[in-house]
Amino acid sequence: MTDAPAIAAPAKPSVRWPLSLIVGAGLTAVVLATALLALVWTPYDVEAVDIAAKLTAPSAAHWMGTDHFGRDVLSMIMAGAQNSLIVAFVAVGIGVAIGTPLGLTAAARGGWVDELVMRGNDLIFAFPALLLAVMITAVMGPGAINAVIAIGVFNIPVFTRVARGAAQGLWTREYVLAARTAGKSRALISIQHILPNLLSLLVVQAAIQFAVGIVAEAGLSYVGLGAQPPAPSWGRMLAEAQTMIGFAPWLAIMPGLAIFVTVLALSLTGDGLRDLFDPRVRRER
Amino acid sequence: MTVLDIRDLSLSIGSTPILKNVSLSVAPGEILGLVGESGSGKSMTALAVLGLTPPRATLTGEIRLNGQVVSNAPDAVMQQVRGRDVGIIFQEPMTALNPVMTIGDQVAETVRLHKKTSRKEALAVASAVLDRVGLPAERFPLTRYPHELSGGQRQRVAIAIAIALTPKLLIADEATTALDVTTQAQVLDLLKRLVREDGMGLILITHDLAVVAETADRLAVMKDGELVEEAPVDRIGAGMAHAYSQRLLANATHAPTRHSVPQADAAPVLQVEGLVREYGGAPALFGKAKTFRAVDQVSLSIQPGESVGLVGESGCGKSTLLRAILALETPQAGRVRVKGRDITAARGAALKSIRRDIQVVFQDPYGSFDPRWKVSDLVAENFHLLDARPSPAEARRRVDEMLDRVGLNSAAADRYPHEFSGGQRQRIAIARALITEPSVICLDEAVSALDVSVRAQVLDLLADLSDRLGLSYLFVTHDLSVVRTVTDRLLVMQAGRIVEQGETAAVFAAPSHPYTQKLLAATPDLVRNHVLEKETAG
Repeated sequence: MTDAPAIAAPAKPSVRWPLSLIVGAGLTAVVLATALLALVWTPYDVEAVDIAAKLTAPSAAHWMGTDHFGRDVLSMIMAGAQNSLIVAFVAVGIGVAIGTPLGLTAAARGGWVDELVMRGNDLIFAFPALLLAVMITAVMGPGAINAVIAIGVFNIPVFTRVARGAAQGLWTREYVLAARTAGKSRALISIQHILPNLLSLLVVQAAIQFAVGIVAEAGLSYVGLGAQPPAPSWGRMLAEAQTMIGFAPWLAIMPGLAIFVTVLALSLTGDGLRDLFDPRVRRER
Repeated sequence: MTVLDIRDLSLSIGSTPILKNVSLSVAPGEILGLVGESGSGKSMTALAVLGLTPPRATLTGEIRLNGQVVSNAPDAVMQQVRGRDVGIIFQEPMTALNPVMTIGDQVAETVRLHKKTSRKEALAVASAVLDRVGLPAERFPLTRYPHELSGGQRQRVAIAIAIALTPKLLIADEATTALDVTTQAQVLDLLKRLVREDGMGLILITHDLAVVAETADRLAVMKDGELVEEAPVDRIGAGMAHAYSQRLLANATHAPTRHSVPQADAAPVLQVEGLVREYGGAPALFGKAKTFRAVDQVSLSIQPGESVGLVGESGCGKSTLLRAILALETPQAGRVRVKGRDITAARGAALKSIRRDIQVVFQDPYGSFDPRWKVSDLVAENFHLLDARPSPAEARRRVDEMLDRVGLNSAAADRYPHEFSGGQRQRIAIARALITEPSVICLDEAVSALDVSVRAQVLDLLADLSDRLGLSYLFVTHDLSVVRTVTDRLLVMQAGRIVEQGETAAVFAAPSHPYTQKLLAATPDLVRNHVLEKETAG
C-alpha cells in the first residue's frame, strides 16, 4: 500500500499533446487536403499531353516541372495522392477488419484455436511483406484492387498479433472475471470489455500500417504491379523518371518527396498517438 | 547523538502542502514505527530524507543525517549519501531488483559505487552481506537471478543491498506488506537483529499498527502530512493521547456487530465436495506430463447467514479454489453446489440462474472495473444473469437503490470508477455483487488493500447487509486479523488441502494443526498483544 491519494482527484490532468502528434497530424491534414482538392481541381489536366512543353524544369507555370509528355508533375502528384491514400487506407481496413477479430478470438478461446490462428499468422509473417505483395499481384494480375488485397493480406497478421497480445493481458483482469460471473459469453466480453480497451493500440498500429501501406503501394507501382496507366501513381512516376534522372531530376525528386512527406506524416502521427495513449511514455518526457 | 534529526520539515508540490512541520528523530539502534493511512505523507517523509522528492517539490526545514544537513543538498552530494549513510527497502521486492542482474552483482554494485574496489572484492563483500541476511552462498550462490528466489528471499536481497555499506539509517517502506505472514515475521526478525548488531537506526513505515507494536521501540503517527503523535510503543496498549491514534487503533481491531445467527439446521447455501483442480505441466517426451494439484480433495459447506473465512498463504490454492467455486475454472473432480444445484455441471441458462445466487468481490478496487464503463453500467452488468432483463429505466432505479444501500448516493451512477476512492470502489463492487440478490458472496481479499478506517466501514457494511438480507460470506484472505472479527467459522488451507477448520474463536484460542499454530504465531496481533490484556484487566 503506497501513499496514493485517499480521495481520487476528480479533475483530469491537462492533456499535453505530443509534438510528434501535432506535426504529424498537421502534415497528414495537408496531404489529405491535397488529395481531396485534386478531386475537383488540379493546375493542369492530369492526362493532358503537351509535347511542346515536355521536360521543362520547375518554373512559375509548372511548379514541379513537366515530364517527357509535357504533363504537369504537380497535377500528377496531387492526383496520385488519392490513389496512394485509398490503396493504403483500404488495405489497413482489411487488416483491421480481419486481423482484429482473429486476434480477439485467439485470445478468448486459447488452446487449439489460438494455435491455429497464430501458426497461420506465422505462415504469412514468414514472407517478407513486400515480396508477398509482389507474389500476390503477380498471381492475380496487376492493378489497384489487387494491390489493395495484397497489402491488406500482410496487414492481417499485424493486427491479429497486436489484438491477441493485448487481449490476453486483459483477460486476466478482475473486471473480465467479474463479467464472466455475470454470465457473459467470451464473445460478448470480447466486444464489450476487451475491444474498447485495446482500441487505442489498434489506432496507433493503424497509423503505422498506413505509412507502411503507402510505401508498399509505391513499391508495387514501381515494379508495374500497382495502379495501371493512365491513372497517376507516385510509384510509377518514380519508375518512369529512372531513365531521365540525369537530365530531369525533378521527375524523381518530386514523387519521392511526396512519398517521404506522407510516410513521415503518418509515422509521426502513429508515434504521437502512442505517446498520447501511453501515460508511462508521456510522464518520462 | 541521533542518526536522523528532522526539524520542521514542510514540503509542498505546487501549492499543495504534502508535509507540514514534521519533526522527528531516530537514535542509533532504535526502531521507529511510522504509521498512517494512505496519503498521510509517511513515504514522502522517507523520500525527503533520501533527497528523492518529486522534481517540483519545495522543501523547508532541516534534515540532518549523522549531523550532516541533507535537506536541499545538491544531487551530487545525495548520491554519496544514499547507500552509504542511508539505505531503503521498498514494498515490492520483484520490481526493486533488476531482473537481468545476478543477486551478487546487485549487492556488489552498491559497494563499487561508493568504494574504489575491484569487482572481486566487491563480490566478496556481497557474499558476506548476503550471508548476514540469511542467504548463505552455499545454498544461494551469487549467480542466482531474482526470479529464482521467493518473495521473502528477494526482500532479503533488497535488505542486503541496503545494508551492504552498513549505513547508519535504514528505511523500510512497507517492506513486509507484500509478504506472507510467516515470511513477514522472519524478515522483521532479521531487521531487528541487524539493527541491534550494527547499532543502525530503522524507520519502519507501515500502515499496520500490529507490525509496529511487535517490532518498534517508538511509534510516530502521521495524518494528512502532520505528525500527530509520537510515543513509546507500549503506549499502544496503555492508551494513546491523540484522538486520531486512538481511532486508528480502534479501527485496526474493529469488530462489526452482527445480530443474525447462521441457520445451522437449514440446507447449506454452498457445498463443495471433494474438489480437485490440477494444472498440467509441459508435456513430457516420454510418459505422462507432470501435473500440479492446486486444490486437493477440498470439501466445505456454508449455511445460510453464515460467514466463513478461508485463510492460507500465497500459493496454497485458495484463489484456485475460489475460481472453481465461481465456475471460472473447471475442476477435474468434485462438485460445487449452490443452494443444491451443481454449478460445475451447469451450462447456458442453468448456469446463469445459479450464478445469480453466488457472486464475488475482488481484491483490487482499481482493477475490478472496466475503466471505460460508468458505475451505472458496471453495477447493472449482472442483470445479464436475469431471464427477463429490466427496462433501462427500471434497471437504473434498481442501481440507484442498490448504491444507496451500500452508502453511495445515486449521483455516483453517472461517474467513472477512477473518480472514487478505494473504499468507495469496494462499495460499488459490493453493489454489483448484490444486484441479483445472491445468497452467497465470495470476498477475495476484498478488504486487504484498504486503509484500516475504510476497512472498518466496509466490514460494518458487510455485517449490516448480512443481517438485513441473510447473506452468507466466504472471506478468502491471507490476513488472519481480517477474519478474526467477522467470521463464524474458519478454514485453514495449506498446499491445496484444508488442514484445519472450526469455530473462529476456538481456532484462534487453541489451534490444533501445526501449520495453523505457525500462522497464528507469525501474525502480528494487536488483540493478543495489547488490547486483550486491557480487556481482561477491565
